[in-house]
Amino acid sequence: MTTRRKVLTQSAAVAGLLAGVGLLPGAAQAAWSQAAFEAKSLQEAVKALGGSAPVESKDVTITGPDIAENGAVVPVGAACSLPGVKRLLLLVEKNPNTLAAVFDVSDAVEANIGTRVKMGQSSNVFAVAMMADGKVLYAAKEIKVTLGGCGG
Amino acid sequence: MADPMRIRAQAAGDKTTVRVLMSHEMETGQRKDSAGKTIPAWFIREVSATHNGKPVLQAQWGPSIAKNPFLQFVVKGAKAGDKIAVTWIDNKDDKRTDEAVVS
Repeated sequence: MTTRRKVLTQSAAVAGLLAGVGLLPGAAQAAWSQAAFEAKSLQEAVKALGGSAPVESKDVTITGPDIAENGAVVPVGAACSLPGVKRLLLLVEKNPNTLAAVFDVSDAVEANIGTRVKMGQSSNVFAVAMMADGKVLYAAKEIKVTLGGCGG
Repeated sequence: MADPMRIRAQAAGDKTTVRVLMSHEMETGQRKDSAGKTIPAWFIREVSATHNGKPVLQAQWGPSIAKNPFLQFVVKGAKAGDKIAVTWIDNKDDKRTDEAVVS
Protein backbone atom coordinates (compact mmCIF):
# COMPACT_ATOMS: atom_id res chain seq x y z
CA MET A 1 0.00 0.00 0.00
CA THR A 2 1.33 3.46 -0.88
CA THR A 3 0.79 5.89 1.93
CA ARG A 4 0.94 9.63 1.60
CA ARG A 5 4.10 9.68 3.68
CA LYS A 6 5.85 7.30 1.29
CA VAL A 7 4.90 9.39 -1.73
CA LEU A 8 6.23 12.51 -0.06
CA THR A 9 9.58 10.96 0.82
CA GLN A 10 9.92 9.60 -2.69
CA SER A 11 9.23 12.90 -4.38
CA ALA A 12 11.68 14.60 -2.04
CA ALA A 13 14.30 12.06 -3.05
CA VAL A 14 13.62 12.66 -6.74
CA ALA A 15 13.86 16.43 -6.28
CA GLY A 16 17.17 15.94 -4.52
CA LEU A 17 18.48 13.88 -7.41
CA LEU A 18 17.36 16.43 -9.96
CA ALA A 19 19.00 19.25 -8.04
CA GLY A 20 22.15 17.14 -7.89
CA VAL A 21 22.50 16.87 -11.64
CA GLY A 22 21.51 20.49 -12.16
CA LEU A 23 18.19 19.87 -13.90
CA LEU A 24 16.13 22.12 -11.68
CA PRO A 25 15.96 25.76 -12.76
CA GLY A 26 18.24 28.00 -10.75
CA ALA A 27 20.90 25.35 -10.44
CA ALA A 28 21.64 25.63 -14.15
CA GLN A 29 24.96 27.28 -14.95
CA ALA A 30 26.60 28.15 -18.23
CA ALA A 31 29.94 26.44 -18.66
CA TRP A 32 30.99 26.40 -15.04
CA SER A 33 30.43 23.00 -13.38
CA GLN A 34 28.63 24.08 -10.23
CA ALA A 35 27.98 20.53 -9.05
CA ALA A 36 31.62 19.56 -9.36
CA PHE A 37 32.79 22.61 -7.44
CA GLU A 38 30.32 21.87 -4.64
CA ALA A 39 31.52 18.28 -4.28
CA LYS A 40 33.00 17.33 -0.93
CA SER A 41 35.31 14.52 -2.01
CA LEU A 42 37.55 13.37 -4.85
CA GLN A 43 35.05 10.71 -5.93
CA GLU A 44 32.10 13.12 -5.94
CA ALA A 45 33.95 15.76 -7.95
CA VAL A 46 35.13 13.30 -10.60
CA LYS A 47 31.63 11.84 -10.83
CA ALA A 48 30.08 15.29 -11.27
CA LEU A 49 32.43 15.84 -14.22
CA GLY A 50 31.33 12.58 -15.79
CA GLY A 51 34.37 10.47 -14.95
CA SER A 52 34.60 6.88 -13.73
CA ALA A 53 36.06 5.80 -10.37
CA PRO A 54 39.57 7.25 -9.98
CA VAL A 55 42.55 4.89 -9.83
CA GLU A 56 45.91 5.80 -8.28
CA SER A 57 48.66 5.91 -10.90
CA LYS A 58 52.40 6.52 -11.06
CA ASP A 59 52.02 8.31 -14.39
CA VAL A 60 50.33 11.26 -12.74
CA THR A 61 52.54 13.53 -10.69
CA ILE A 62 51.69 16.23 -8.22
CA THR A 63 54.27 18.75 -7.19
CA GLY A 64 54.16 20.97 -4.15
CA PRO A 65 55.95 21.71 -0.90
CA ASP A 66 55.93 19.19 2.00
CA ILE A 67 55.26 22.01 4.41
CA ALA A 68 53.57 25.25 3.39
CA GLU A 69 54.18 28.12 5.76
CA ASN A 70 51.31 30.18 4.42
CA GLY A 71 48.12 28.36 3.43
CA ALA A 72 46.92 31.35 1.43
CA VAL A 73 49.48 30.71 -1.29
CA VAL A 74 50.53 27.11 -1.89
CA PRO A 75 52.24 26.44 -5.22
CA VAL A 76 51.09 23.14 -6.70
CA GLY A 77 51.48 21.50 -10.07
CA ALA A 78 49.77 18.63 -11.85
CA ALA A 79 51.28 16.63 -14.68
CA CYS A 80 50.62 13.40 -16.54
CA SER A 81 53.22 11.58 -18.63
CA LEU A 82 50.71 9.51 -20.65
CA PRO A 83 49.35 10.72 -24.01
CA GLY A 84 45.64 11.39 -24.40
CA VAL A 85 44.94 13.54 -21.36
CA LYS A 86 41.67 15.41 -21.70
CA ARG A 87 41.44 17.10 -18.35
CA LEU A 88 43.63 17.82 -15.37
CA LEU A 89 42.03 18.45 -12.00
CA LEU A 90 43.48 19.84 -8.80
CA LEU A 91 41.74 19.08 -5.52
CA VAL A 92 42.40 19.92 -1.88
CA GLU A 93 40.76 17.28 0.30
CA LYS A 94 39.97 19.31 3.41
CA ASN A 95 38.93 22.61 1.85
CA PRO A 96 35.21 23.50 2.18
CA ASN A 97 34.87 22.76 -1.54
CA THR A 98 37.31 20.08 -2.55
CA LEU A 99 37.74 20.91 -6.23
CA ALA A 100 40.15 23.77 -6.87
CA ALA A 101 40.57 23.81 -10.63
CA VAL A 102 39.74 21.98 -13.86
CA PHE A 103 41.98 22.38 -16.88
CA ASP A 104 40.77 21.24 -20.31
CA VAL A 105 43.98 20.32 -22.05
CA SER A 106 44.14 20.39 -25.86
CA ASP A 107 46.73 18.67 -28.05
CA ALA A 108 48.68 21.90 -28.36
CA VAL A 109 49.35 22.08 -24.63
CA GLU A 110 51.42 19.73 -22.47
CA ALA A 111 49.65 17.96 -19.63
CA ASN A 112 51.69 19.93 -17.15
CA ILE A 113 50.07 22.80 -15.29
CA GLY A 114 51.21 24.87 -12.35
CA THR A 115 49.20 27.25 -10.18
CA ARG A 116 48.73 28.37 -6.58
CA VAL A 117 45.92 27.31 -4.27
CA LYS A 118 44.60 28.25 -0.86
CA MET A 119 44.52 25.61 1.87
CA GLY A 120 42.51 25.90 5.08
CA GLN A 121 44.50 23.24 6.92
CA SER A 122 46.98 20.42 6.39
CA SER A 123 45.45 18.06 3.88
CA ASN A 124 45.95 15.69 1.01
CA VAL A 125 46.14 17.38 -2.37
CA PHE A 126 45.14 15.38 -5.44
CA ALA A 127 46.10 15.70 -9.08
CA VAL A 128 43.65 13.90 -11.34
CA ALA A 129 44.03 13.16 -15.03
CA MET A 130 40.90 12.31 -17.01
CA MET A 131 42.00 10.43 -20.12
CA ALA A 132 40.40 10.39 -23.57
CA ASP A 133 39.67 6.65 -23.18
CA GLY A 134 37.58 7.30 -20.06
CA LYS A 135 40.16 6.28 -17.47
CA VAL A 136 40.59 8.49 -14.45
CA LEU A 137 44.00 8.43 -12.79
CA TYR A 138 45.17 10.32 -9.74
CA ALA A 139 48.11 11.03 -7.48
CA ALA A 140 48.03 12.32 -3.92
CA LYS A 141 50.45 14.33 -1.81
CA GLU A 142 50.13 15.47 1.77
CA ILE A 143 50.90 19.14 2.33
CA LYS A 144 51.20 20.41 5.88
CA VAL A 145 50.05 23.95 6.50
CA THR A 146 51.32 25.92 9.47
CA LEU A 147 49.03 28.94 8.88
CA GLY A 148 45.60 28.43 7.32
CA GLY A 149 44.52 30.46 4.32
CA CYS A 150 40.74 30.40 4.62
CA GLY A 151 40.18 31.97 8.04
CA GLY A 152 39.23 35.60 8.49
CA MET B 1 38.07 47.08 -15.19
CA ALA B 2 40.59 45.01 -13.39
CA ASP B 3 44.32 45.52 -13.52
CA PRO B 4 46.23 44.02 -16.45
CA MET B 5 47.68 40.54 -16.29
CA ARG B 6 51.38 39.97 -16.50
CA ILE B 7 52.11 37.35 -19.12
CA ARG B 8 55.50 36.00 -19.99
CA ALA B 9 56.00 33.46 -22.75
CA GLN B 10 59.46 32.03 -23.31
CA ALA B 11 60.33 29.64 -26.10
CA ALA B 12 62.83 26.84 -25.52
CA GLY B 13 63.16 24.51 -28.50
CA ASP B 14 59.67 23.74 -29.80
CA LYS B 15 58.04 24.33 -26.43
CA THR B 16 56.96 27.61 -24.94
CA THR B 17 56.46 28.07 -21.25
CA VAL B 18 53.77 30.61 -20.47
CA ARG B 19 53.52 32.17 -17.03
CA VAL B 20 50.54 34.33 -16.19
CA LEU B 21 50.01 36.46 -13.12
CA MET B 22 46.48 37.82 -12.83
CA SER B 23 45.35 40.55 -10.52
CA HIS B 24 42.23 39.47 -8.65
CA GLU B 25 40.91 39.35 -5.09
CA MET B 26 39.71 35.71 -5.28
CA GLU B 27 37.34 36.09 -2.33
CA THR B 28 36.05 32.66 -1.24
CA GLY B 29 32.72 33.60 0.27
CA GLN B 30 33.81 31.88 3.50
CA ARG B 31 35.43 34.84 5.24
CA LYS B 32 33.71 37.34 7.50
CA ASP B 33 34.48 41.02 7.84
CA SER B 34 35.00 42.82 11.17
CA ALA B 35 31.23 43.30 11.58
CA GLY B 36 30.70 39.53 11.30
CA LYS B 37 29.07 39.75 7.88
CA THR B 38 30.10 37.21 5.28
CA ILE B 39 32.12 38.73 2.46
CA PRO B 40 30.47 37.57 -0.78
CA ALA B 41 32.42 35.27 -3.05
CA TRP B 42 34.23 36.97 -5.91
CA PHE B 43 36.59 34.81 -7.92
CA ILE B 44 37.72 33.97 -11.42
CA ARG B 45 35.62 31.13 -12.80
CA GLU B 46 36.88 30.62 -16.31
CA VAL B 47 40.27 31.08 -17.88
CA SER B 48 41.14 30.44 -21.49
CA ALA B 49 44.31 30.76 -23.49
CA THR B 50 44.85 31.05 -27.24
CA HIS B 51 47.94 30.64 -29.40
CA ASN B 52 47.76 32.84 -32.52
CA GLY B 53 43.97 32.94 -32.08
CA LYS B 54 43.59 29.16 -31.75
CA PRO B 55 42.23 28.04 -28.35
CA VAL B 56 44.74 25.80 -26.57
CA LEU B 57 43.69 25.70 -22.92
CA GLN B 58 40.44 26.15 -21.04
CA ALA B 59 40.15 26.11 -17.28
CA GLN B 60 37.42 26.29 -14.67
CA TRP B 61 38.48 27.57 -11.29
CA GLY B 62 36.92 27.38 -7.87
CA PRO B 63 37.32 29.86 -5.03
CA SER B 64 40.26 27.95 -3.58
CA ILE B 65 42.72 29.32 -6.13
CA ALA B 66 45.02 31.78 -4.37
CA LYS B 67 44.64 35.56 -4.51
CA ASN B 68 46.31 37.18 -7.53
CA PRO B 69 46.37 33.82 -9.32
CA PHE B 70 49.41 32.39 -11.00
CA LEU B 71 49.16 29.97 -13.88
CA GLN B 72 51.87 28.17 -15.77
CA PHE B 73 51.45 25.98 -18.84
CA VAL B 74 53.48 24.77 -21.79
CA VAL B 75 52.40 25.33 -25.40
CA LYS B 76 53.82 22.95 -27.98
CA GLY B 77 54.98 24.32 -31.31
CA ALA B 78 54.88 28.01 -30.45
CA LYS B 79 57.75 30.05 -31.93
CA ALA B 80 59.24 33.42 -31.06
CA GLY B 81 56.95 36.15 -32.35
CA ASP B 82 53.77 34.09 -31.87
CA LYS B 83 50.96 35.61 -29.86
CA ILE B 84 49.59 34.11 -26.65
CA ALA B 85 46.39 35.63 -25.31
CA VAL B 86 44.77 34.86 -21.97
CA THR B 87 41.20 35.72 -20.95
CA TRP B 88 39.51 35.37 -17.58
CA ILE B 89 35.87 35.75 -16.56
CA ASP B 90 34.87 36.05 -12.88
CA ASN B 91 31.59 35.23 -11.14
CA LYS B 92 30.44 38.87 -11.55
CA ASP B 93 30.89 38.46 -15.34
CA ASP B 94 33.78 40.89 -15.31
CA LYS B 95 36.38 39.87 -17.87
CA ARG B 96 39.80 40.79 -19.07
CA THR B 97 42.02 39.72 -21.97
CA ASP B 98 45.73 40.33 -22.28
CA GLU B 99 48.20 39.33 -24.92
CA ALA B 100 51.91 38.61 -24.97
CA VAL B 101 54.43 37.84 -27.68
CA VAL B 102 56.59 34.74 -27.35
CA SER B 103 60.26 35.60 -26.87
